[in-house]
Amino acid sequence: MISYVLPEFLVMRDENRCIQCQVCVRQCANDVHYLDEKDGKVKADDAKCVNCQRCVTFCPTHALTIIPNPQEFKANANWTKKAITEVQKQAESGAVILTSMGNPQEYPIYWDKIVLNASQVTNPSIDPLREPMELKTYLGRKPDKLEFDEKGRLITKLTPQLVLNVPIMFSAMSFGSISLNACESLARAATELGIYYNTGEGGLHSSLYRYGKNTIAQVASGRFGVHANYLNAGAALEIKIGQGAKPGIGGHLPGEKVGAEVSATRMIPEGSDAISPAPHHDIYSIEDLRQLIYALKEATNYTKPVSVKIAAVHNVAAIASGIARAGADIIAIDGFRGGTGAAPLRIRDNVGIPIEMAIAAVDTRLKEEGIRHQVSVVAAGSIRNSADIIKAIALGADAVYIATSALIAIGCHMCQKCNTGKCNWGIATQDPQLVKRLNPNIGARRLVNLVTAWEHEIKEMLGGMGINSIESLRGNREMLRGVGLTQKELDILGIKAAGE
Amino acid sequence: MLREKYERVPSGCAVSGILDRSGRRFSGNDIIQSIALMRERSNGLGGGFAAYGIYPEYRDHYAFHMFYDDEQAREISERFLNEHFNIAEAGPIPTKKVSWIINEPMIWRYFVLPKEEKLTSSGLLSDEFVAQCVINLNKRIDGAFVVSSGKNMGAFKGVGYPEDIGEFYQLYNYEGYMWTAHGRFPTNTPGWWGGAHPFTLLDLSVVHNGELSSYGTNRRYLNEFGYECTMQTDTEVAAYLLDLFTRRQGMPLEIACKIMAPPMWDEIERMPDDERTLYTALRTVYGKALMNGPFSIIAAFNSGMVALNDRIKLRPLVAAEKGNVLYVSSEESAIIEICPKPDKIWTPRGGEPVIGMLEEVKA
Repeated sequence: MISYVLPEFLVMRDENRCIQCQVCVRQCANDVHYLDEKDGKVKADDAKCVNCQRCVTFCPTHALTIIPNPQEFKANANWTKKAITEVQKQAESGAVILTSMGNPQEYPIYWDKIVLNASQVTNPSIDPLREPMELKTYLGRKPDKLEFDEKGRLITKLTPQLVLNVPIMFSAMSFGSISLNACESLARAATELGIYYNTGEGGLHSSLYRYGKNTIAQVASGRFGVHANYLNAGAALEIKIGQGAKPGIGGHLPGEKVGAEVSATRMIPEGSDAISPAPHHDIYSIEDLRQLIYALKEATNYTKPVSVKIAAVHNVAAIASGIARAGADIIAIDGFRGGTGAAPLRIRDNVGIPIEMAIAAVDTRLKEEGIRHQVSVVAAGSIRNSADIIKAIALGADAVYIATSALIAIGCHMCQKCNTGKCNWGIATQDPQLVKRLNPNIGARRLVNLVTAWEHEIKEMLGGMGINSIESLRGNREMLRGVGLTQKELDILGIKAAGE
Repeated sequence: MLREKYERVPSGCAVSGILDRSGRRFSGNDIIQSIALMRERSNGLGGGFAAYGIYPEYRDHYAFHMFYDDEQAREISERFLNEHFNIAEAGPIPTKKVSWIINEPMIWRYFVLPKEEKLTSSGLLSDEFVAQCVINLNKRIDGAFVVSSGKNMGAFKGVGYPEDIGEFYQLYNYEGYMWTAHGRFPTNTPGWWGGAHPFTLLDLSVVHNGELSSYGTNRRYLNEFGYECTMQTDTEVAAYLLDLFTRRQGMPLEIACKIMAPPMWDEIERMPDDERTLYTALRTVYGKALMNGPFSIIAAFNSGMVALNDRIKLRPLVAAEKGNVLYVSSEESAIIEICPKPDKIWTPRGGEPVIGMLEEVKA
């Protein structure tokens, strides 16, 4: 069958610049570039190109540019190029279209419609270069009140908490979906930063146990790599119910990415697809969740907080309330822009709600029920910069998870082809030749730099608002104003319009 | 423009407080003189006083000071009061015409005790019952405002310079063992009588100079415990936090202060084990009760008072002692004005509470 699908990108090679060195040939795992033996020239098969820009970055003479294929169909506002191409693909494959990373569609980005406050005259701004500025964050369950004896000594003992130097954590990305070197970059950076990274649902590679103090070990519906040592390896546990990129379905790891190491870590056969069940088959309702939370607490002797991660869906506020009452110490909410190593395109692009709305709704619901102060709430699902973090916290989050931005920091160019396992940047691949391209020392350095830069920015913005401690920003929606939002959107976000 | 009650108004201010720990009562002259010296810190849009020990003849009754916009508000409020309380005495609070003081509401005073059957059916202790009645009155009855509701104390406030307000209420005719005062500099409001300080709940009164940058966080936190911040003022937040911690959660006053203005984390890390555990727990559990941004407050209650600064001292606060008397004020000059030779005068550090308690309470 001849494919009707046109190449998505064109490889433009400036023949005047190209020195035929073949770096591009060696760098491209998609076999786009090749040496044409007949005339001794390097050429490209555009159809294979995913625009990951590995060749562009490594070309010593800057001879390469990748451009979107300018070929258009007859103009049609309804049947766009994307819509037609997707039909063509499915007519040829008979399959679900698989894709990766977060929802790229043109939904509103509420972060960009929210602006921050700053102090003028009546209240001094605080200068983080000259005054203490505190970002330390404790995640975990809090009692309603502390008890003291008659001499004023503290009687109450707190349950275990996660202590973060900055309110940022690396979100769940499994070994399997990403490479061991990517995992190690995250683990080392988390350790150096005094924060946490999340194992995702793929278990914990034996070489990573030494980073346990800064590890959150995830338990998902596939239970891949879950055993007693694993549960006790980290500082906290997380039950993954759902993921923003694919609410309602389980994890996908294509068999191509299941090599010997992944196989051993996940405790599954080499080369087999690792498709997690859509639900946890021991959780069909909220009381079942409570049992799993307490099973995990029992298994770890109540030494670790337990987080429950859900995708942001329509009824997220009520679900979060149930999770809090079921005994979770931390609730992680993943918005519909959240990334993934592999997801069906229709689900990624159509299911779930924006994290901004979800966080605001959850924080308000828990507050109205008088239980917000008991649990921690973590926002995830496309935090792109430090301003997004400030806004998430002011809407009510205690901390945020970042993943896509962390991967971009270590080389991801957002080509959305993680599912193929051919990541030229050594991140979303298990091919040893590709994995070697990511040096964990450099990866960790880039991650530390990113978070440190954001930390500086957060301090500047906080100080500008006259706040010197991050806890005074939590749920402080007075610090936010909306621009270009409807009254209904403002109401849900719980913020006023600019000028009000 | 929304009336102040419905919109948050930042303001700068002057505060002053005097406590005679021996319980000796003295007239309102000193406090008026002290706050008057700081006239520069006010702009004539709010002044007020809290006085303790002024109603010995009704020491066991709750003294309700009320503002009414009109007769109708008074009638509805009195119906409410009659329904819930036995009223021992009622009448307008005596005032004197002062040319600068205009647009005053009707100002009434009631000495009341909760009705037994109401207490029984509500299942509440009398303080909590009164607190809830106050909150209901303020929220439900348009044009009525509870200025104060404690025993053997009262708040006197209004729109004007504080010394004129003192004259208006003729505070030199009252005698109390403790007085606090406030002069206000709101930034954008014609002034509402209810919005002047002190803000009170039961016998707790708060005068406050500052603007909380944590207002939104504090308010949402208090909301979880049933407090609705209807006044849109930072002072209300401070008062409710103190009420939550000291009255409802029974916490020592010092600890409550350390929640509202805690030490820095790096300071906590250098503390001995016990203290570190305590302060870590306080900040972990009560982080949203941290009052951020500039403030100096004087909170008074029947047994004494506490003056507290924000933790990096963004507003002035000075304290002094002479014999049994404790003075706190925004400015040293306002203390020296009424106590030229104190035994001791000092500038408390940010977050270091100055606590003065009646001697009979200590014993």
